Amino acid sequence: MKEVIHLPVQNVEEEEYHINMGPQHPSTHGVLRLVVSLQGEIVKSLKPHCGYIHRGIEKMCEKDTYPQIIHLTDRMDYLSAHINNHAVCMLVEKALEVEVPERVKYIRTIVDELNRIASHQLWWCSFGMDMGGLTCFFYGLRDREKILDIFEESFGSRLLHSYYTPGGLMMDIHPDFQKNVKAFIKYFRKKIKDYDELLTGNIIMQLRTQGIGILSKEDAISYGVTGPSGRASGFACDVRKHHPYGVYDKADFKEILGTKGDTFERYMMRMDEMLESMKIIEQLIDNIPAGDHTAKMKAVLKLPAGEYFQRVEAARGELGVYVVSDGNKSPYRMKFRSPNFSNLSVLDHISRGCKIADLVAIGASLDYVIPDIDR
Amino acid sequence: MNSFFEYFTDIYRAVKSLLTGMKVTGRYFFSPWEIVTQQYPENRKTLKMYDRFKGEVIMPHNEHNEHRCTGCGICETACPNGTIEIIQAKIDMPDGKKKRIIDKHIYHLGMCTFCGLCIKACPSDALAWGQEFEHAVFDRSKLNKTLNQPGSSIIKDIVE
Repeated sequence: MKEVIHLPVQNVEEEEYHINMGPQHPSTHGVLRLVVSLQGEIVKSLKPHCGYIHRGIEKMCEKDTYPQIIHLTDRMDYLSAHINNHAVCMLVEKALEVEVPERVKYIRTIVDELNRIASHQLWWCSFGMDMGGLTCFFYGLRDREKILDIFEESFGSRLLHSYYTPGGLMMDIHPDFQKNVKAFIKYFRKKIKDYDELLTGNIIMQLRTQGIGILSKEDAISYGVTGPSGRASGFACDVRKHHPYGVYDKADFKEILGTKGDTFERYMMRMDEMLESMKIIEQLIDNIPAGDHTAKMKAVLKLPAGEYFQRVEAARGELGVYVVSDGNKSPYRMKFRSPNFSNLSVLDHISRGCKIADLVAIGASLDYVIPDIDR
Repeated sequence: MNSFFEYFTDIYRAVKSLLTGMKVTGRYFFSPWEIVTQQYPENRKTLKMYDRFKGEVIMPHNEHNEHRCTGCGICETACPNGTIEIIQAKIDMPDGKKKRIIDKHIYHLGMCTFCGLCIKACPSDALAWGQEFEHAVFDRSKLNKTLNQPGSSIIKDIVE
């Protein structure tokens, strides 16, 4: 008879073990790998591993001319493609001291806000899905489709537009643009009530998000968490309000600030921002001045030697573009300060001590887009 | 007594919030006219893309098999990805000089990012957006297209 070997019994309860969440995990919204250190079900610490979708966009920019860089910035945070384009265009215009026509500024602001609504709608879809409500995903995508139709009609594509060029726009807006945007806002004001009924008031969602993943204002500032996630903690960081660009100074809107900084507060920030964005669009859509859709630009754009920086409020936070030019037609060095990278860095801090199911909720509320983290 | 009361209020609130959500889904369940799904492969015949839709880059030809491309190569330099390749040919003019014309305008669809810079850069409006979007093929070499049709020539009134 074979002898049974008894291994020494370890206390499994107290031992930490590591789990790979991702790179193929539906709740990471892309190829992000989180190495989670667990004790039982409690998250002890967490290490994000980036680089699975690194394409070297900053390096690729160094061989491209400035108009060519625009199409690469689309592919960073693809859900706020127009806003990324806006950052590079404004930087080139600032460096060349070009004044863009008023019409261009109006159109850019309206399209940026439409893009922000579309981005928050997709965030709402995936937030609901991470919480276990697949219905949200369909309702959110259905309404986002209306914006994408407007985009497709005017700019020809749904996601990666490359619509802005340094000095103006690729082409003028479609004649039906204003009519369709107004129809969409009327439609979406009705439909956003469904969102609240379906998910915001839901008891399961509230219990899973309230008091979870609390980020204090001091931590938000020191980690550089911007956008709706930072504003949920009370950090007033809206670039549109504090350093207005486009025609944001002509529109009347609130900077929405939270107090608690928990997951539910971050959720509410984006729901309220969609309403504010619609308010901005409503004020501007009827006042688009007539004029040319582009300023007069040289055929080859050469930025004077020096350093330039421009920032905009993307859908997830503050996007900064930094260029060192040596006077040539392509930049010597290009650096993007992407909002998602800073927002991801705080994930370890706020998810310690939470359950692993809460980690999914916290991750969904930070709303990260992986190509923007890796670039 | 107070905790007993709270217990039942919590249950009431929970059931109410769930029913509010169910009301929304129930409403859509019983109103099929609000369904927005397109039956894509079946509606292929009636499917109309928007005029500005960026399907692929094409070179429009007129009824005499003539295009507007002079073969200057501006689109080739404007393209950020090396999608466009222009092969020029030399022909003998009647006055004895040699003139460069386009031989092949090669467009690698597989590398195109649809930024539209070539179409914007073209000085003689030879390129345009096509409406075709079903680009899936079994062989990658089929994505390398020659945009000028065989035997085509340039429209007479184009000046370089």
